Amino acid sequence: MGRTEVVSRALSGDIRAVSRLISLIEDCVPGFEGLYSEIYPFTGKAHVIGITGPPGSGKSTLVDKMAAVCRERGKTVGIVAVDPTSPFTGGALLGDRLRMQRHALDDGVFIRSMGTRGQLGGISRATSGAVDVLDAAGYDYVIIETVGVGQSEVEIASIADTVVLVQVPGLGDDIQVIKAGVMEIGDLFAVNKKDRPGVERVVAEIRIALELSSVASRGGGGTSRIAGSAGHHGVSALGAAGSEREETVDEEAARPCWHPPILQTLAETGEGVGELFDACDEHMRYLAGTGELDDRRYRRARSETMQIASGRIWRGLTDDRGAFAAAEELAWKVARREIDPYSAGNELYEMIVK
Amino acid sequence: MGDSMGTDTGRKIRVLVAKPGLDGHDRGAKVVARALRDAGMEVIYTGLRQTPEQIVAAAIQEDVDVIAMSILSGAHNVLFPKVMDLLREKGVDDILVVGGGIIPDEDIPALKECGIADIFTPGTSTSETVKFIEENVKRRS
Repeated sequence: MGRTEVVSRALSGDIRAVSRLISLIEDCVPGFEGLYSEIYPFTGKAHVIGITGPPGSGKSTLVDKMAAVCRERGKTVGIVAVDPTSPFTGGALLGDRLRMQRHALDDGVFIRSMGTRGQLGGISRATSGAVDVLDAAGYDYVIIETVGVGQSEVEIASIADTVVLVQVPGLGDDIQVIKAGVMEIGDLFAVNKKDRPGVERVVAEIRIALELSSVASRGGGGTSRIAGSAGHHGVSALGAAGSEREETVDEEAARPCWHPPILQTLAETGEGVGELFDACDEHMRYLAGTGELDDRRYRRARSETMQIASGRIWRGLTDDRGAFAAAEELAWKVARREIDPYSAGNELYEMIVK
Repeated sequence: MGDSMGTDTGRKIRVLVAKPGLDGHDRGAKVVARALRDAGMEVIYTGLRQTPEQIVAAAIQEDVDVIAMSILSGAHNVLFPKVMDLLREKGVDDILVVGGGIIPDEDIPALKECGIADIFTPGTSTSETVKFIEENVKRRS
């Protein structure tokens, strides 16, 4: 399959081509940017749902059941399942697919496993590329399953339209749910393994935490999202400056607020998964109806653009032999306490940009 | 390969580890999966009781370089060739396929004949399997 052929066949939904294109992007093969730019105009149609939560909370099983619901409703789904890459060997054991193999023969379900390959935010650098390929190939939904997360892996919020945070009974006390981090990115909460003792308590704790956060952010324009949303509201206020300004402010105040629903699921049997899916659809209607969808996609575009630029700067640093040698030398100086890390960093920066 | 395989960019060898057939014993498959992981490969583990159709479909979606199958039940003479047939049917010719498990020596020539690159029977060290895969993957770009 030639590279131009890969693109046209992937756009028509050819499974081998979709699969190969994801690899080309994931491996950053020379010229992959060109392929990406050919598919990008065809993206933006799929509803991208992120599933995140602690290890062992049942994410893969939940995704498996969500895919089944999707198919019952006559929709197609692409799944990107991320598992950790070993920081020591670069290898990975990708086991999410194990729980989804019954969909292997259904052309309406595409499953792709990915290693994090050095990224720490819960997804890999290539995850958004894979999402875009699946979106362009015409899948109605794209579900991303993150690695099992702890407290601060919030990157999923920058690529998904809807983030489902999976919780299970028995993980900690009520202080855990009011901490900053992953708890703040859930658009929906799924309390899984609802047959276990303590499920009501988890639901109550999440509810209280959400009430606290809606009090805290009252007047702030909707639920709190990851850093960057405030900046964007600033931009739209500027854009609306002038005669329409007052009207826009009113509209902003009247914008209905999304209250993250808390659903109980038993992924193993599929109980509650239909309702969870309904809630995801409802969230998409909210996003589209309020204009929040555009805001989110803008934030994704911004973070991606910045990341690509900073990646190039970083590569420039490591590829440039002189800069690399200087970095090593500066690092020794810092380690010997001859200079501080900020001075060293600035010195290196000056050296690269000039 | 070499250096670029260990870092977070560039190509990694992707391997689908699968258990076709009905035997429910996957300790060997898990040991191999772990060894390949430790050798810096990305291993997609699909678990027990996979049909040849499921294995081939998964291999295509995962765009793997290698399919590693293990059978202990004695069904290798049927299931291994079936996987090879399906791959050919789909026009896939760049995946290295290896097998393992309880396979009598006299069956091995026919399996190799149908396209299985090599068969690793009990007693094979995992490093031997790793080395074979590293040296024989068909896709390098």
